[in-house]
Amino acid sequence: MKEILELNLPQNVLYTKDHEWMDTTGNTMRIGINDYAQDQLGEIVYVELPQIGACLNKGDVFGTVESVKAVSEVFMPVSGEVIQVNTDLENAPELVSSSPYEKGWMIEIKASNPDEVKTMMDREAYLKFLEGIK
Amino acid sequence: MTETSATRGLIFNEPLLWEIGKKGRIGFSMPEHDVPDAPLDKEFIRKDSELPDLSEVNVIRHFTRLSQWNFGIDAGMYPLGSCTMKYNPKVNERVALLPGFAEAHPLLPTSLSQGILRLMFELERCLAAITSMDAVTLQPSAGAQGELCGMLIFRAYHRKKGKPRSKIIVPNTAHGTNPSSATLCGYKPVGISINEKGILTPDAVAALMDEDTAGIMVTNPNTLGFFEENIQKISEIVHSKGGLVYGDGANMNAVMGIVDMAACGMDILHLNLHKTFSTPHGGGGPGAGPVCTKKYLEPFLPVPRIIEEKGVFSLSNDFPDSIGKLHAFYGNVGIMIRALAYILCMGGENLKKASQLAVLNANYIKEKLKKVLHLPYDRTCMHECVFSDKNQNPTKITTLDMAKRLIDFGFHPPTIYFPLIVKGAMMIEPTETESKEEIDRFIAAMEQIVEEATNQPDLLRNAPMKCKVRRLDEAQAARKPCLAG
Repeated sequence: MKEILELNLPQNVLYTKDHEWMDTTGNTMRIGINDYAQDQLGEIVYVELPQIGACLNKGDVFGTVESVKAVSEVFMPVSGEVIQVNTDLENAPELVSSSPYEKGWMIEIKASNPDEVKTMMDREAYLKFLEGIK
Repeated sequence: MTETSATRGLIFNEPLLWEIGKKGRIGFSMPEHDVPDAPLDKEFIRKDSELPDLSEVNVIRHFTRLSQWNFGIDAGMYPLGSCTMKYNPKVNERVALLPGFAEAHPLLPTSLSQGILRLMFELERCLAAITSMDAVTLQPSAGAQGELCGMLIFRAYHRKKGKPRSKIIVPNTAHGTNPSSATLCGYKPVGISINEKGILTPDAVAALMDEDTAGIMVTNPNTLGFFEENIQKISEIVHSKGGLVYGDGANMNAVMGIVDMAACGMDILHLNLHKTFSTPHGGGGPGAGPVCTKKYLEPFLPVPRIIEEKGVFSLSNDFPDSIGKLHAFYGNVGIMIRALAYILCMGGENLKKASQLAVLNANYIKEKLKKVLHLPYDRTCMHECVFSDKNQNPTKITTLDMAKRLIDFGFHPPTIYFPLIVKGAMMIEPTETESKEEIDRFIAAMEQIVEEATNQPDLLRNAPMKCKVRRLDEAQAARKPCLAG
């Protein structure tokens, strides 16, 4: 397990309390699980993602991640429509562990209520939140 | 600890069956026959199976050698939490192998099956007596199928009352199969958290229970190893809103002859014969998850039911409200024979004593090991106790490393990373069958492992070192399973 200082938490994405990240810089928003989540889960062996076109609300389960320890659900950071899913994860779920923010991204969405982005945390706020639960 | 029971014996290397096979080798021969040889009809010839060609001795040696790499309850302590891996007394096997039982065919008419029907009827009565419930079905073939049976009864009951409901309350200390079983029946499981003592509170249940909620599924004792002390109050709340209470009895081994499940307010309860009643488990044999209900839910039980009239037993399908059939024929009968043998050999007093010893043993381990391992909920437990790897964080030793190292000491690892509500959980259930000496050896092994975790952590990271195969790549096995040669 990594210590908080050892975690890779990029500045350019936002975070949720359930340890998802979201990149809000493009037209669509890219979502995945962050370094803390993949480290806690252990080696990931299977990722299940939604259908393209699925419309989900903030907090809805959009997929499941199975590791050698347990099966966990992943949640929508904001409401939106699924535009793209990372099909590479079907055959290479380990990308979530080895490259959580690049090759291990999970879905891209078109946010239906961009204001909800304000409920997410930046790196500093997320680090504070992590210190509280560690 | 100077000497462990684990050592190196003569353990054979063994290739895959596909590497042993040789074209044309065969393990059986046709008897002499008075009809000419004829080839199989084309449509019966499969090309996709690609099985290796093997002789009988190839197969026997292969599996015997593999079995020597294995570890079972007959070889040593198996402290899996939440799964009650207790020793299976051999008298159970002897009884189950009596030809009258072992050779009975499920299509025999009931007039020729009176013995086995009586046995099943009596087992139902025994289970009703042990739980204080009224009616029992033996059909479900595992705990999870028992839960499914219970949820189907929930649905049938509410439908009969004219008000189908949509939700079920499932605590985060329930077995993981509980929400799955509820979902299979079309219910939406609603999670509920425990308090700082590791148990449910009536207030939390009252806040969620409404008239669209079919009821609650409670594992009692729960998966943290604690008795749900508020169960009566919780049942009252659920009943007052017209709901039902389902008891997951997977942890019944802690409370046999001690807790009256009917008085707790349980309407339906499943038992695991392969846990509490010492029948073989997992790869050792099929399971059985009988379901017990209160009298008023009896009409919904699966058919056929076993009926007794003037000492004659028969099977009846005449239950119009029944949820139907759950299993081919009558369930896993061989397991029922073993369970009744166990219950009758033990008797009521000894079953109670078994539970008392199971609880005593778990508390003994908890008190001894809490000096070295982190114990998230420090209070009297039932038949199992849950530690975590928090104390080992500085050297980055995990629960998995400690579990693997335990193999080098000749013990099966405990349940790890469950329940999910404890980070790095290690759940230990010694059961009543281990002697104090054996439990002391286990404790000494754990103490040494904890010490190694601080001073020689690499010993743990590289464990196990003494068994046939070293640490397996579990992730690779799950990602790219190779099931053929």
